[in-house]
Amino acid sequence: METLILLLFVFVLAAFLGFELIQKVPSQLHTPLMSGSNAISGITVVGAIIACGVAEGEFGKWLGFASIILATINVVGGYLVTDRMLGMFKKKGK
Amino acid sequence: MEKLIDFAYIVSSILFIFGIKMLGKAETARKGNLLSAVGMLLAMVATLFYKEVVDYKMILAGVAIGAVIGWIWAVRVQMTGMPELVALFNGFGGLASVLVGWAEFEFGKSTDPVTQTAIYLAILIGGVTFTGSFIAYLKLAGKMSGRPTLFPAQKAVNAILFLALLVLGVLYVMNGSAWALYAIIALSLALGVLGVLPIGGGDMPVIIAFLNSFSGLAGAAAGFVILNKVLIVAGCLVGTSGIILTIIMCKAMNRTFGNVLFGGFGAAGGATGKAVEGEMKGVSVEDAFYALEAAQNVVFVPGYGMAVAQAQHAVKELGALLEKNGAEVRFAIHPVAGRMPGHMNVLLAEADVPYEQLCEMDAVNATMGQVDVAIVIGANDVVNPAAGDDPSSPIYGMPIINVHEARTVFALKRGKGSGFSGLENALFFRENCRMIYGDAKETITGLVAQFKG
Repeated sequence: METLILLLFVFVLAAFLGFELIQKVPSQLHTPLMSGSNAISGITVVGAIIACGVAEGEFGKWLGFASIILATINVVGGYLVTDRMLGMFKKKGK
Repeated sequence: MEKLIDFAYIVSSILFIFGIKMLGKAETARKGNLLSAVGMLLAMVATLFYKEVVDYKMILAGVAIGAVIGWIWAVRVQMTGMPELVALFNGFGGLASVLVGWAEFEFGKSTDPVTQTAIYLAILIGGVTFTGSFIAYLKLAGKMSGRPTLFPAQKAVNAILFLALLVLGVLYVMNGSAWALYAIIALSLALGVLGVLPIGGGDMPVIIAFLNSFSGLAGAAAGFVILNKVLIVAGCLVGTSGIILTIIMCKAMNRTFGNVLFGGFGAAGGATGKAVEGEMKGVSVEDAFYALEAAQNVVFVPGYGMAVAQAQHAVKELGALLEKNGAEVRFAIHPVAGRMPGHMNVLLAEADVPYEQLCEMDAVNATMGQVDVAIVIGANDVVNPAAGDDPSSPIYGMPIINVHEARTVFALKRGKGSGFSGLENALFFRENCRMIYGDAKETITGLVAQFKG
């Protein structure tokens, strides 16, 4: 129960932080911001690693394995695509 | 060891926070993205040190497969294909959360109501994110009609589905029964499909931003399942910053989120506003060229049509020629032009249009009176003056780019049909507006040729 309260506490604070972080984003950056934060949502990969890494539990392990693949696609693809886009934005400075 | 892992998670969280913050500014965005990627790597490596995690082979295999697939897609995608790829990645993140929740259920260790509530939420939110994003992907990639798909009693069906999910959730949390969980998985997936089907292509910027937020919340719910702080922090950050973006998109259309979700906007048979009188007047590429040659101040207004025609490179070239000819050139970008937030900026950046020429709606509107020629390229509703002066129009009140106040407007359009909203555009019937029919890319290339010849 104490853990739950602590985690809820973390959740609420993170929520307020999230609302504050990106109040004024120029519309030029909407797409990179979205795909960049989309990559962060692949953080589920941590849960997937724990599920897949256990010693036993046949079916659950395979679910974890599938989850690792999906979340890693989200993470790697998301970061790379964002970087590609931002690279194009940068060229304009010249 | 657990303490050290927690410490690594704190560092990861800090990197995510700075990463998101820096993504919001042009100068620091790329570095911010890199920072958050480092944070992700750190969190993944730290997780390997949990004493329950013993089977490294399968983990590495999974990461390797996922990394290769993600890498290939990310490197090969054309900038025009960006919206659907973002939607697809987002869907995978949602499905990953479903599977994490499901795996925890199969391990059978978690039988207390709190964990079961978390499993329920991870599966519900993740499932809706997955199929919702997938339908969005199909619509954006043109593998499915971008028009809203409506059928009789749609709202009732969705409402029943939602209620069933609530009841099943209560059953599962109280009894932990397997059949309830499987039913929840199935119905969540169905809800995602049925929820996004009635949403039309022009509303996609809102729905993509929203699903992005949802995938973060699904991750946070998965964090409550396995009591993992970094999942909760990162998921929640994405969830809330995604909501901000969703609100920005809704405001840019002057619609509430509920209206976007349930409105079936753009389907046949809705309100159409006042009938527009007059006729559309066409103009040839040659005549348009003469007007452009004399123009001192030109504004381009790109829309989804420019993306479809892949005209961004030709447009850039025309812009450069006009500038050489002594005109001031700007690009006026409506927040919801295209199919995802910031879509037009990405395309024009790809074509190497100078950053200073990309202007936000309000900045251009303030000086619209001095504009000699406004060129509308495949944009429709975002330049419809009915939004400002026809209270009976369904888009009344939506902020638009006031091109009708420019001296001359050239509207590039493929045919005489109406735009996404199904509305006749009053702009096209104005005295100062001339239509140039045909493929946008061909038209622009034709203008470029005139300038060069």
